Amino acid sequence: MSKSMLIISRRSPWSGPSAREALDIALAGGAFDLQVGMLFLDDGVLQLAGDQRPALLEQKNLGANLQALPLFGVDALFACATSLAQRGLSETNLTLPVEVLDDAALRSLIGRFDHLVTL
Amino acid sequence: MKFAIAVFSPAHAPSSRRALRFAEAAIQSGHQVARLFFYQDGVHSASSNIVTPQDEVDIAAQWRSFVEQHQLDAVVCIAAGLRRGVLNQDEATRHGRPAANLSAPWDLSGLGQLHEAAQLADRLICFGGD
Repeated sequence: MSKSMLIISRRSPWSGPSAREALDIALAGGAFDLQVGMLFLDDGVLQLAGDQRPALLEQKNLGANLQALPLFGVDALFACATSLAQRGLSETNLTLPVEVLDDAALRSLIGRFDHLVTL
Repeated sequence: MKFAIAVFSPAHAPSSRRALRFAEAAIQSGHQVARLFFYQDGVHSASSNIVTPQDEVDIAAQWRSFVEQHQLDAVVCIAAGLRRGVLNQDEATRHGRPAANLSAPWDLSGLGQLHEAAQLADRLICFGGD
């Protein structure tokens, strides 16, 4: 049985390549049919906000790439409730079908994976 | 124990030095390092163009000699490397760039190598992430 990996994405989508590079790890794992999960934490939850206009920041839209996660078989997607609340994001209006977890559930989630990568 | 080690920070960052010391200690203690994987700004740790002042510890040079001495599998992510100007001769030629700054003992390859290492290893240890 293959080992599972949780990728914890903590950076906002337009603050540099971190968000995209965390996503690329998840997509690569999905392409190899591995058990990969992705957790959006801290500023990483800003990747899930809708109606963003990255062209104003001369950035490529990360949203289209995020939508590829389910297509690559990565459907273990999670977001931190506290991080969402702190940034004024509603759980009902996110761009990916994530499971929103409180702090206790986050601890148990992290314990379920063999490997963790935080970017 | 079999370790895979991922490095996300450049040679001048404390976490790159800690990754090197961890890998050295693992081998000295009789453990295996299945693969070193350099990603994000970690690709700079593999650059052969780093010139460290003479009175400072040259971590980039130490990485190179450590990898050579133990004949380790050391992979630099190609996408992260291209983005940051860490290129081997093939990539420099392919993209019309005037110089290469990556050569043996480093391999330039894709993220599949990180996943393969994670599958092979008992533990994946990351240095320099958020």
